Amino acid sequence: MSKFKKKADTKQEIPTSALPDIIFMLLFFFMVTTVLREVTINVKQRIPDATQLRKLQRKSLVSYLYIGEPKKVEQWGSEPRIQANDVFIEPKDVTLWVTQEKDKLDEVERDQITIAMKVDKETQRGLVSDVELELRKANARKLLYTTLQEMEQ
Amino acid sequence: MARKQREDPQINSSSMADIAFLLLIFFLVTTTIANDRGLSLQLPPDPDDIEKTDIQIPERNLFKIQINSADKMLVEGEPFEQGPDELRKQIKEFVLNNGRDPESSDSPKEAIVSLKTDRGTTQEKFIEVIDAIQGAYYDMYADRVGVTNERWREIASDLTDPENKRIYDKGRGKTADGLEFPMNLSIAEPTKIGG
Repeated sequence: MSKFKKKADTKQEIPTSALPDIIFMLLFFFMVTTVLREVTINVKQRIPDATQLRKLQRKSLVSYLYIGEPKKVEQWGSEPRIQANDVFIEPKDVTLWVTQEKDKLDEVERDQITIAMKVDKETQRGLVSDVELELRKANARKLLYTTLQEMEQ
Repeated sequence: MARKQREDPQINSSSMADIAFLLLIFFLVTTTIANDRGLSLQLPPDPDDIEKTDIQIPERNLFKIQINSADKMLVEGEPFEQGPDELRKQIKEFVLNNGRDPESSDSPKEAIVSLKTDRGTTQEKFIEVIDAIQGAYYDMYADRVGVTNERWREIASDLTDPENKRIYDKGRGKTADGLEFPMNLSIAEPTKIGG
C-alpha cells in the first residue's frame, strides 16, 4: 500500500517556466518579419488572385499606389480613388507624385523606380489606365500589380 | 533570523508570459506582412515620344483579346467562355505556330498578343487575362531552358546573378539584334463604349 501512496504524491503540474521564452521567440519572429504599417489605407483593398507572381528584389525602389473605393463612403463618395502616401490624388497629380518619389532615391537609381499598384478587384480599368498613362509620361515604367498567390491546379 | 534566510529570494516571474503575450498581440495587430509579390509589367514609353508611324502588322501575327465592360471576352473575334487555362493553351499554340497554320503566327518573334479592354472592365478580369498571357510565355520560356515555370520566375526576378542572367537571356533568345522570343504584349487604351 505504501508504495502506491508514494506515486500519488508526485506533482501533476506541467512546468511553465519556459513559456515566456517561447512567447518571446514568437514575438521576435513577428518583429523581424513584419513592417510597421506606414500609411493608413483609406480605400478598400480586395486584392485579386493570380498564379504567375514575381517577387520584387529591391524594396527600397518601390513606391505604392492604392486604388479602390474609399472606406468612408459618406465622406469621400463611392467612386474609386487613388491613394498615394496618406492623401487621395487625381490621375493628373501622379506625375508630380512620381517626381517626389524619385527625389527620395539615389540619383543613379531613379530610373529603376518600381510602382506597385494595389488595386481593388472591383475597380474599373478606366481609372487604372489613366494612372498608367501618367506613369508613362513620368517615365516610371516598371509596374507591379500586387496580387495574391492563387493555388494552381 | 534563521527562518528568514531560508526564504527564496526569487522574483515571481509567472506573469512574464502574460506580458510577452500582450506584446505579441500588439505586434500582430499593428503590423502587416509585407506583400511585394505580383504581376510585373513594363509600360511602353510616353505616347508623345513615340513617332507616329503606321506599321502594318499582318492579321495572322495578332492574337486579339477584347474584354467589354461586362467582363465578357472576345478572343480572335469569337466569344470566349472557357477559363484562363484554355486561354493560356491557345496563346501557346498561337505563338509556337512557326508558320504552320496560315491563320496563326509566323514566328514567336513576330507574334503579338493584343489586349483591349473597356473603361468599365474590372481589374479582376484584367489581372486574370494578364496572368494567363504571362503564364503562357513563362511556360514557353521555361520549356526552352528546361526548368519549371516557378524556377523561371525566380530567375527572372533576380538578374543580378550572372548565371540567372545567362539562363534568362537564353530563354528569351537574346542575340545581338534583339530578342528571338520576346513577350510582345500590347495593351491598348481602353475603349469608352461601355455596354
